[in-house]
Amino acid sequence: MRDYETFFRTNRLPHIWCPGCGHGIAMKAIAKAIAKLDLDQDKTVIVSGIGCSSRASGYMDFDTLHTAHGRALPFATGIKLANPELNVIVITGDGDCMAIGGNHFIHAARRNIDLTVILFNNNIYGMTGGQASPLTPVEKKATTAPYGTFDRPFNPCEVAKTAGATYIARGTAFHAAPLVDLIAQGIQNKGFSFIETLVQCPTSYGRRNKMGSAAAMLKDMSETVIPLAAYNRLSTEERNEKLPSGVLHTDVFPEYAAEYAKIIKQAGGDKA
Amino acid sequence: MIIKVNARFCKGCNICVAFCPKQVLALDSMGKVCVVDESACIGCGQCELRCPDFAIRINKEEKA
Repeated sequence: MRDYETFFRTNRLPHIWCPGCGHGIAMKAIAKAIAKLDLDQDKTVIVSGIGCSSRASGYMDFDTLHTAHGRALPFATGIKLANPELNVIVITGDGDCMAIGGNHFIHAARRNIDLTVILFNNNIYGMTGGQASPLTPVEKKATTAPYGTFDRPFNPCEVAKTAGATYIARGTAFHAAPLVDLIAQGIQNKGFSFIETLVQCPTSYGRRNKMGSAAAMLKDMSETVIPLAAYNRLSTEERNEKLPSGVLHTDVFPEYAAEYAKIIKQAGGDKA
Repeated sequence: MIIKVNARFCKGCNICVAFCPKQVLALDSMGKVCVVDESACIGCGQCELRCPDFAIRINKEEKA
């Protein structure tokens, strides 16, 4: 028994994700990060929306909330404001976070509320059968884009930065060991933390785009995703082919739940 | 090294087989991972690190 495995509902395993799906690797990284920080199991809450990624809350042994599509962040905001002592971790997918929940995402980031959002980015709506999501790259095929999508995708880390998140990082399922540290740092940040985790979807995305097996997709990731320092040394054209990983941005702003507590105190007549 | 496989969890995705640098692992006729050459294992843990199904584990502390 590994220490992080105490955070799984083992009677619910094996999970329902497809063979080779990267979500299991990302979920394990979250459990390892929580074990590393030694967070109190009774003071940690996992909130998720809808989608393949959001199934993760059902397998993790904390107080968990599996909410409506795209609405994980409003639920998480409520939990954090009701009890700011809790460590609130949000697990979301690319469709859940950037399409249906896109507006919630930018406003939660704008408020800089102390949540840790882990976006499992598999570039597709896997659960519903492989429709193109706002993070499907141009020219990649999906059931709703049989000739390849021509919608420009979001760069979720840039969206989070513009919206005001105070910790932004990118990891991958291939770089599973550093991902644990990225998530742990995100949990420690007192403010809105966003960790984009690239994961492979061999069934709905890889197969349709002839990307090979799950292992081949992981190896692709190891080539396209490079450390931020190496990325910064590339020319503009070379950057189009690559994605930076690691901690991409940090900032300091007042945290929303703390500011809210101040207002409550002031409204109650306490001048101090 | 002791390699433990939980066949009930294994979905035969082949990730561990592909990342093993010493060809210790293979898929059996049922499509589940099996150990073909335990003595070649160097305990790097690449298989356990990337197994999405928590189905394989390397224990370094020895066969007591």
